[in-house]
Amino acid sequence: MGLMDQVELPQPVKYVFNWGRKYSLWCFNFGLACCAIEFIAASTSRHDFIRHGVIPFAHGPRQADLLVVSGTLTDKMAPAVKRLYEEMAEPKYVISFGSCANCGGPYWDSYSVTKGVDQIIPVDVYVPGCPPRPEALLDGIIALQHRIQNESLKDRIAGRRLDPVTLGADAPLALEGSSS
Amino acid sequence: MSELETKERIQPGSAPGEDVAFEIIGDGDFPTTDMSLSIGPAHPATHGVFRIVLEMDGERVKRATPVIGYMHRGFEKLAEYRDYRQIKALVNRHDWLSGFSNELGVALAVETMLEMEVPDRAQWIRMLMAEWNRILNHLMFIGSYALELGAITPMFYAFRERDDIQALMESATGGRLHFTYNQVGGLKIDLPKGFLQESRRISTQVRERLPDYDDLVLGNEIFHGRTKGVGPLSTDVALSIGVTGPTLHATGVPEDSRVTEPYLKYGEIDVKVPVGENGDAFDRFYCLLRRIDASLDIIDQVHDHIPAGPVNSKLPKMVKAPEGATYVRTENPLGQLGYWLESDGGRTPWRLKMRTPSFSNVQAIPHLMEGALLPDAISILGSVFFVVGDIDR
Repeated sequence: MGLMDQVELPQPVKYVFNWGRKYSLWCFNFGLACCAIEFIAASTSRHDFIRHGVIPFAHGPRQADLLVVSGTLTDKMAPAVKRLYEEMAEPKYVISFGSCANCGGPYWDSYSVTKGVDQIIPVDVYVPGCPPRPEALLDGIIALQHRIQNESLKDRIAGRRLDPVTLGADAPLALEGSSS
Repeated sequence: MSELETKERIQPGSAPGEDVAFEIIGDGDFPTTDMSLSIGPAHPATHGVFRIVLEMDGERVKRATPVIGYMHRGFEKLAEYRDYRQIKALVNRHDWLSGFSNELGVALAVETMLEMEVPDRAQWIRMLMAEWNRILNHLMFIGSYALELGAITPMFYAFRERDDIQALMESATGGRLHFTYNQVGGLKIDLPKGFLQESRRISTQVRERLPDYDDLVLGNEIFHGRTKGVGPLSTDVALSIGVTGPTLHATGVPEDSRVTEPYLKYGEIDVKVPVGENGDAFDRFYCLLRRIDASLDIIDQVHDHIPAGPVNSKLPKMVKAPEGATYVRTENPLGQLGYWLESDGGRTPWRLKMRTPSFSNVQAIPHLMEGALLPDAISILGSVFFVVGDIDR
C-alpha cells in the first residue's frame, strides 16, 4: 500500500483504480449454515457470479478482498470469524448473507446464537432472506461494487466507512453511490 | 451391483493393484513426537463448521476426536417456545439439505398425537416431495464429495440438476431450501396446475443424466484410488453406534424405515434399498448415487397413484396436542430421523427431542480414521455424509 493510505488519488486515476478493484473481488466464503448452499448455487452455472468479477477461489482469508458470511453465527464460532476477518488485508469488504448473519434470524431468542455478525465485524452490505435467493446475492454484490467505485481508498483505509447498505430497505442502488 | 462384484480389496494408501511394504531403516527406534492437528472449524472439507482434532504419528492418524457444537443453535429449547405450526419453520432448518423430510417428521408426530386422519392425496404428495428432497440432498453430497477429492466439475453437474428440482419444488411450495409445505393434517396448499407433468419431465431428465455421474465420478480411476478400501466400516461397529442411512447401507445392511416400518404410503409401493459390501468410502458413495435411482423409481410410482381430493383437513384455531408423548421415526436422506414429542396439553410442546442421523453417523469417524493416512482423512470425512446443523442442532 504505502502511498494509497496517505494520498487522495486524482479523479481519473481513482476511477480507473476503483473500476479495477470492483471487478476483481476475491471472495472468501464463510459458509456456516443453510445460506452457504445458496451461496454455492449462486456460484454455479445458472447464476454464476463469476461473471460479475467475484472469484470464489481465494485460498484463504489473506488472499481475499471480500468476506461473505453466510449462515448462523454462534457464540462458539464467533472468535473464529473475528480472527479470519482480521487476517484479511485492507481494503476488505463484508457481505452479511441471510437473516441469521444479519440479526439472528429465526434464532432471535436462542441462547447460543450471536444476534448478527455486525456485533463483531463491520458489515458493508446486508442481504436479507432466509435463505436469500442466489439472485439476492448477485444484487448484494452489485451494491457493493457501486460502493467500491465511488469510495476513496484513503478514507477506507483510515477506517472512515460509509453506512452499510441493506438490500430492499435502502434507496435504489443508482442513488447510493452518487451522493458520496 | 456389477461394479461391486469386480471390486478388489486394496491396502489403504496404495495405488490400485500395488502392495505396500514398509522397510524400517535403523533399529526402529527413531524418536518422533506426536503432532496434534486441528482441522476446522472453518475448513472447506468439513462443509460447515465441524472441527476434528487429529493426533498424528508422522503421516498416520493415531486418534481422531471430533469437536462439535460450533453450530449449536438450541433447536430443542426453541421448539418449546414455538407453537405446533411454527415448529415446522424451525425444524426444517436443522438439516438444511432435507427441509421437507424434517418437517414431515414433526407433522407426523403431531398427527399421531391428535389421532388425525390425513387425506390420501396429501400423503401421496408428501411422499413425492420427500423423494425429490432426498434427491436434492444426495446431489449436493455427490458434488461436494468429488470437490473434496479435488474434482470441481461434478459440483456444476450436480447443481444443474438441483436448480431444476428446486424450481419444481418452488412452484408448489414457494421455497428453495426450506419449504414449510407440511401442515398438521395435510399440506399448506394443493399442487399447482401442470405440476405432475413437470415433475414427470424432470424425473425423466434426471434419469437420463445420471449416467454422467457414473462416467465422471464412479468410473474415474483417481476416484477409485482415493476411495476404494479407504475407511472401511464394519457392520458390527456401525450397528453398535447407531449409524443409519447410506453409511449403514454401504456395510450391507438394508435397514430403511420406509421398508421395515413404512409410514405414509410407502407400504403400497416398491422401495428399493441399494446396499454395498465393504462399507468403505467407495461403497458409501455408491449407495448414495444408487439411492437417487431408487428415489426416481418411487417418484415414478407415486405419479400414477396420486388421487384427487382435499389436501388438508380442518384444524381448530390453535392446534394443541393432547397430553402424552410419541416417537416418530422417518427415513431422512442421511439416515433415520426420530422426533420424541412430549406434550402437556398446552399450545407448545413440553419437550421435543431429536434423534438426528448426522449426529449418530459422525460417531463412526474416530473408528474410521484410526490408522488412516492424512490424505485419506479428508476422503473419510467427506464419505461419512453429514450436515453440521444436523449434528449440533
